[in-house]
Amino acid sequence: MPETLTLTVNGQQLQVPSGATVAVALNILGQPCRTSVSGQPRGPLCAMGICYECRVTINGIANRLACQVLCTPGMEVQTIV
Amino acid sequence: MCNAHTHNYDVLILGGGPAGIAAASAAAAPHTSVAIVDENPTLGGQIWRNSFAADVSDPAAHWYQRIQHSPITRLHDLRVFHAPSPGTLQAEAGNGLHTLHYKKLILATGARERFLPFPGWTLPNIMGAGALQNMVKSGLPITGKRIVIAGSGPLLIVVAAYLKKHHARVICICEQAPLRQLLPFAKGVITNTEKLSQALQYRLQLLTVPYRAGWWPAIARGQSQLETITVTDGARRYIIPCDYLACGFHLVPNIELPSLLGCSQSNGFVKVDTTQQTSIPGIYAAGEITGIGGLEKSILEGTIAGYSATGQSTAAQQLSAARSKSLRFASAMQRAFALRPELRRLPAPSTLVCRCEDVPHSHLVSHSSWRSAKLHTRCGMGSCQGRVCGTATEFLYGWPSESVRPPILPVRLQTLAQAEDPASQELSTAI
Ligand SMILES: Cc1cc2nc3c(=O)[nH]c(=O)nc-3n(C[C@H](O)[C@H](O)[C@H](O)COP(=O)(O)OP(=O)(O)OC[C@H]3O[C@@H](n4cnc5c(N)ncnc54)[C@H](O)[C@@H]3O)c2cc1C
Ligand code: FES
Repeated sequence: MPETLTLTVNGQQLQVPSGATVAVALNILGQPCRTSVSGQPRGPLCAMGICYECRVTINGIANRLACQVLCTPGMEVQTIV
Repeated sequence: MCNAHTHNYDVLILGGGPAGIAAASAAAAPHTSVAIVDENPTLGGQIWRNSFAADVSDPAAHWYQRIQHSPITRLHDLRVFHAPSPGTLQAEAGNGLHTLHYKKLILATGARERFLPFPGWTLPNIMGAGALQNMVKSGLPITGKRIVIAGSGPLLIVVAAYLKKHHARVICICEQAPLRQLLPFAKGVITNTEKLSQALQYRLQLLTVPYRAGWWPAIARGQSQLETITVTDGARRYIIPCDYLACGFHLVPNIELPSLLGCSQSNGFVKVDTTQQTSIPGIYAAGEITGIGGLEKSILEGTIAGYSATGQSTAAQQLSAARSKSLRFASAMQRAFALRPELRRLPAPSTLVCRCEDVPHSHLVSHSSWRSAKLHTRCGMGSCQGRVCGTATEFLYGWPSESVRPPILPVRLQTLAQAEDPASQELSTAI
């Protein structure tokens, strides 16, 4: 079994394999990363820091790229809704 | 000026993928200071991401060992955003601005997937083929998920095999290029033993997955995320229920920094001579940015660039026959996966082309240039700075890409304020 860690996504606790990015955590939950300017839900497109579709708030800091940030124990992730 | 970090190197390599790693290995010598800079937390680039250093059975391990045992400075988590004067780059890290001075520069910034708009393409769970592979490499469980792979390029096959190995249900691969366009390339592969054995391995791994040449994605549907994808060959249509669509239309080079530096280009790629030198003396380029050709080409060109930048011209020349061969392979690949014109007609009037600013196709078709579209619709003005929509509008409307302006990536205001040169000061006040 791979090691896991626990983080909080929009107030909900979630266990993910260690080494998972925040984008992976959100996708496991079936949650989008952000809402677009016309109100559409959006998830990762490029998974390599190019498209900026995966912007979320991590530990209070807005506009972090979920595909580039690894989950850490106790991390708090807030999606932009 | 606080928190600013300054570095000086004889040879600076930008990009820690196979091309950059090979360049660093070739350039490493006792009295030469060599550094390799990359925006990711580890080296490896696109193909060796997450596997670099992790798995000794991986081919990446050989290169990891070489890098480990060479006097090479590795600068991770550093995003280069500006080239304010000759011999200087500026980069942003978590701890602010870094100024990198170099005598010789090797550019190895790699490539990204090309994304093209079609109705429904903005739904969550539609992502690039390499992107879905990256997500799985980063821990996304995929067992039993129904996946359609579509778009163009050899990456589709690589990703299909990878996902299947991780127990996904890969329903089919839709390659937009028609079979007659692919055949000459396939014949070339058959005459190259190494590439043929790779191809046969993929064939074996993908025995149960249909490969449909001349098919492409037409409409994606779903409420809050992808539920079905309609694929077509222009005459027939199939609606396929699925959990993910892995969709990328081959690769486009990350050309922004070479453009900012003023390196000449040809057909959208950085122009180099046989020593990998660009039009600017002392600046070299290697890997996907000189032409999409895959791993072997990147390693070969990186090695030549590393030798050339450190005056080892005999060693560089010894690789010239291999270089010519890999260039022939790259141009055959470019021809094989050329985009079909039908893809230009995929967007409906309401299909969003610019995903950052949500600009639909109908607002863009009447414009004659990207500049005009930017001014009137904000297309390309969002966070991705046109990296996604710019390649799409170039293909859809024939708008040539515009000159690149710094910063080439979104950077924090504090970082810009730390930058010493007047141009960056202007930028920080302008934003
Ligand atoms: C998403 C994706 C997945 C891929 N997966 C595979 C695969 O599984 N198998 C395969 O054979 N090929 C794959 N490829 C093709 C791949 O391009 C080549 O195989 C190979 O990795 C190219 O090597 P490179 O060194 O030229 O570029 P890359 O590997 O792309 O390396 C370039 C590096 O430069 C960094 N960089 C770029 N700009 C900056 C900047 N301004 N500041 C700091 N760092 C920067 C990038 O983050 C990257 O790490 C993939 C391509 C993509 C886009
Ligand atoms: S998914 Fe594109 S930047 Fe994160």
